[in-house]
Formats: sequence, structure tokens, C-alpha cells
Amino acid sequence: MGRASFSVGSRVWLFALSGMLCLLWVSQVFPQERKWLPLAADGVHDPRSPALKQLQEPREALSRLAPDPHVGNQVRWVKALELGQINPRTNIFPETKVSVLDQDIIMSNTGSRPKVRFPHKQHSLWLDCAICHEQLFKSKAGGNNISMLSILEGQQCGLCHGAVAFPLTECDRCHSVPHGVPIPDAIIGK
Amino acid sequence: MPERFFKGIRATALAAAAGIALALAVAGADDARAEYGDVVINNFSDAAGMRPVVFPHWFHRIRFRCKVCHADLGFKFQAGGNQINMVKIIDGEFCGACHNGEIAWSVENCNLCHSAKPGTPTQVHESTVQRLVAPGGVQPAPARK
Ligand code: HEC
Ligand code: HEC
Ligand code: HEC
Ligand code: HEC
Ligand code: HEC
Ligand code: HEC
Repeated sequence: MGRASFSVGSRVWLFALSGMLCLLWVSQVFPQERKWLPLAADGVHDPRSPALKQLQEPREALSRLAPDPHVGNQVRWVKALELGQINPRTNIFPETKVSVLDQDIIMSNTGSRPKVRFPHKQHSLWLDCAICHEQLFKSKAGGNNISMLSILEGQQCGLCHGAVAFPLTECDRCHSVPHGVPIPDAIIGK
Repeated sequence: MPERFFKGIRATALAAAAGIALALAVAGADDARAEYGDVVINNFSDAAGMRPVVFPHWFHRIRFRCKVCHADLGFKFQAGGNQINMVKIIDGEFCGACHNGEIAWSVENCNLCHSAKPGTPTQVHESTVQRLVAPGGVQPAPARK
């Protein structure tokens, strides 16, 4: 099966999905214990670099934060922030304005998967409105054509959730609202 | 109709099998498992005889929200996409906005930033895109528009 055959259409999609479901399964079978590789063995740092004695080991910092076993950094970052375990600076320039919006948007164009709840609050605690609006997403409920394929390709939600924020293997964390259940206090998008 | 149906099933099964093989390959690949979100920046380092740079997101996000770097300091969301070099850093741009001896230790600590294995290409480590594009191996992050 050549690489080219993966490059377009539904096959990529299926391929990606089944791979992810399998990863999910793998992560469920193994015990819920958190382990972080030492920097010297992570395959990216040069084991001969003199810096390894000075750099902080991920285990040392991350093992103290709200757990999220086998997912990303294995830290539930939203919780760590909520619980005050971390308090990252919001600005380094005094004139920067910080705004938080507490509003959820429900996206229901999800086939048989549960609907997606997009929480503005958890995002605006970390991010500026301008990072998402108006280039990445128009600020209009239902005004964007979001699809799982482009997310998996690293666009839209996948820009961050494929690389730094919790990874796309966690379907249920986005697809969290069952169809046919009334949702108070949320704006309905597509 | 049944024939088409079976063809469909076969394609699905094939794709699923490939997906599972990939997942196992990735799960078993222990050769490069840097922390999720670690960015290797190597547009110029190798050529200049320096180790490539490792930027750890996990370490910085404990101290700064994303907006500090990605809004106020103007870092684009793309590994290797900011054309960072030492002149800019010493001028106080990019890493140099903090690594100036005030907010964080300053540029003389070459090794702390330049800490990757020589030859490691520019990439975001453990990204979903990397997993899908480069099963089990370390390859450059795919270019984004
Ligand atoms: C970061 C959030 C996020 C994650 C994680 C995520 N999805 Fe989605 N998904 C979405 C959004 C947003 C949509 C589009 C919803 C809309 O437009 O109404 C979507 C749409 C879909 C659709 C509808 C068809 C399509 O192609 O758009 C399916 C099926 C789907 N997702 C499956 C999955 C599966 C399976 C996983 C886990 C492997 C997953 N999703 C993980 C956010 C996510
Ligand atoms: C992580 C990205 C992200 C950030 C950050 C973000 N938004 Fe949004 N916003 C969205 C998405 C996604 C939608 C829904 C678009 C859709 O349904 O297609 C949306 C929708 C909206 C809407 C439309 C709601 C409606 O009633 O139609 C407004 C207004 C809005 N955002 C304002 C803001 C403000 C103000 C901020 C900063 C405090 C902000 N957003 C930060 C992603 C973001
Ligand atoms: C610009 C970056 C960015 C984009 C784009 C983005 N997110 Fe997020 N998202 C984050 C960050 C950062 C967090 C904080 C948690 C983390 O890092 O894992 C987060 C958290 C979340 C959470 C809460 C997770 C929890 O632990 O409870 C959900 C749900 C979510 N995102 C869904 C979405 C959906 C759906 C989209 C697309 C419509 C989207 N995000 C787009 C950066 C982003
Ligand atoms: C705060 C982090 C940091 C520190 C400290 C640092 N660098 Fe860099 N350096 C970078 C980044 C990021 C790049 C861009 C890497 C690339 O694209 O290859 C870079 C690029 C370079 C380059 C190639 C591009 C150019 O500007 O010529 C050289 C050579 C270099 N650094 C030398 C040094 C030396 C020597 C020191 C110590 C005096 C040092 N660096 C300290 C982050 C740092
Ligand atoms: C201290 C500064 C800093 C902070 C804080 C920070 N980032 Fe980054 N981010 C960077 C740098 C540096 C790069 C790499 C840019 C380059 O190589 O030119 C990057 C790259 C990225 C990329 C692109 C990866 C790719 O796919 O190529 C994403 C996505 C990202 N950051 C998301 C986030 C999110 C989400 C947060 C908050 C949870 C965050 N960043 C916090 C500095 C930061
Ligand atoms: C918003 C401010 C900020 C920016 C921008 C920033 N850093 Fe840092 N960085 C810090 C702080 C604060 C520390 C911790 C300093 C201390 O412990 O004294 C740090 C520490 C580090 C460390 C050491 C981590 C450890 O294990 O101790 C590395 C490596 C590093 N930064 C690389 C970079 C590189 C490379 C860039 C640019 C691509 C960059 N940083 C941009 C604030 C920043």
C-alpha cells in the first residue's frame, strides 16, 4: 500500500480514525500510571549535551499537576489552571488587555458522534480572542465549515489540538453532548 | 449491489488494518518520544554547527499563557515558521523578549536552548499530524500555508 493512496479522500479519514481508536484502546489497556521519559532518553535531546544536567526533567514538574494518564503531557491542563496548581502569566507587557468569555457553543454536524461543545471560557483563559477571530473562525455561531478531516490535517481545532493542547485521540472530550438532549446556557451553532 | 458492498467492506477493512498497524508501530516506537508539544527548530542550527534548538511547551505553559507568545510576541503557530535567528534574539525579539537576563536567563546559555541531537529536523514532537504523516519516525513537520 503506497503512500500516495493515503493522500486523499475518505481513506485518509478511515485510516486516521482507526489508528486513533486503536491508540485509544492501547491507552486503556495499560495501567493508569504516569511515566515520563528522562530527557537523555527522549530521542530528541542530545544525551551528550552538557545542558541535560541543568534542564528540568518533565517528570519533576508534571507529576505534581492534575493527572490525565496517557494523554499528551499527561496533565489535565484545564484542571491544573482551575485548581490553581499553576498560574501562568497572562501578559509581559503592562498594556495588554485580558478578556475572558464564558459562553459555550454547541456544534451538531457530527453524524452519529455526540455533538461538540466548544467552551469559550477554557480557551480564553489561555488564548486571545484575536488568535481565533476572525481568521481561523468567524465569530458567528454556525458560521464556519468545520470538518473532522481538516481537523485531522491540523487545521481549525486541529491547529492546537494536534500539537500542544490535548490531542485528537480524545474524541469524547470534544464530542461530549449526546444528541437529543436539551442544552441550557449554550449557543447552538451548526 | 452486493459486489459494491463487499468492495466497500474490503476497503474499510484494509484501511482499518493499516491504521492498526500504524498505531502499533507508533505505540511501540520508543526511539523518539520527547514530551508532547516539544518543538525542534533547525532552520539554521545544523548548518551553523550548533545543536538544533528544543523549545519545550510544557515548561513554558506552566509559566505563561499561550497568548503571551502567540499574540503579544507574535510567534506564528508553525514549527520553524518564524525565521528566528540570534540577531533577532539579541535584539529582544522572539525568545529574546524573555531570555534577556530579566524575565529569564540570558543568551549566553547557548547549550540550554541548543540541546537537540545534531541532525534532528524541525518538527513538533508527538503531534497528531506528525503521527499520521510520519509513522514511527522523526520527520520534518509538514509545511503549512
Ligand atoms: C478538538 C475537538 C475534536 C476532537 C478531539 C474530535 N473531534 Fe470530531 N469534530 C469536531 C468538530 C468541531 C466537528 C464539526 C462539528 C460541526 O461542524 O458541527 C467534528 C465532526 C466530526 C464528525 C462529523 C463528520 C465530519 O467529518 O465532520 C465525526 C464523524 C467526528 N467528528 C468524529 C470524531 C472522532 C472519531 C474523533 C476521535 C478520533 C473526533 N471526532 C475527535 C471536533 C473534534
Ligand atoms: C480557540 C479559538 C477561539 C477563541 C480564543 C475565541 N473564540 Fe469565539 N468562537 C470560536 C468558535 C469555534 C466559535 C463558533 C463558530 C461556529 O459556530 O462556527 C466562536 C464564536 C464566537 C461568537 C459568536 C457567538 C454567536 O452568538 O454567534 C462570538 C461573539 C465570539 N466567538 C467571541 C469571542 C470573544 C469575545 C473571544 C475572546 C474573549 C473569543 N470569541 C475567543 C473560537 C474561539
Ligand atoms: C488556538 C489554539 C486552540 C484552538 C484553535 C482550539 N483549541 Fe481547544 N483548547 C486549547 C487549549 C490551550 C486548551 C486548554 C487545555 C489543553 O491544553 O489541553 C483547550 C481546551 C479545550 C477543551 C476543554 C478540555 C478539557 O480538558 O476540559 C475543549 C472541549 C476544546 N478545547 C475543544 C475545542 C474545539 C471543539 C475546537 C475547535 C472548534 C478547539 N478546541 C480549538 C487550544 C485551542
Ligand atoms: C533562548 C534560546 C537561545 C539561546 C540561549 C541561544 N540561542 Fe542560538 N538560536 C536560538 C533559536 C530559536 C535559533 C533558530 C534555530 C534554527 O532555526 O536553527 C537559534 C539560531 C542560532 C544560530 C544560527 C542562526 C544564526 O543566527 O546565525 C547560531 C549560530 C546560534 N543560534 C548560536 C548561538 C550561540 C553561540 C549562543 C550562545 C551565545 C546561542 N545561540 C544561544 C535560540 C537560542
Ligand atoms: C514562551 C512562548 C510560548 C508559549 C507560552 C506558547 N507557545 Fe506555542 N510556540 C512557541 C514557539 C517558539 C513555537 C515554534 C515556533 C517556531 O518554530 O518558529 C510554537 C509553536 C506552536 C504551535 C505550532 C506547532 C506546529 O504545528 O507547527 C502551536 C499549535 C502552538 N505553539 C500552540 C500553543 C498553545 C496552545 C499554547 C498554550 C497552551 C502555546 N503554544 C504556548 C512559543 C510559545
Ligand atoms: C514569555 C517569555 C519567554 C519566551 C518568549 C521564551 N522563554 Fe524560554 N523560558 C522562560 C522562562 C521564564 C524560563 C525559566 C527561567 C528560569 O528558570 O530562570 C525559560 C526557560 C527556558 C528553557 C529551560 C527549560 C528548563 O528545563 O529549565 C529553555 C530550553 C527555553 N526557555 C527555551 C526557549 C526558546 C528556545 C525560546 C524561543 C523559541 C524561548 N525559550 C522563549 C521564558 C520565555
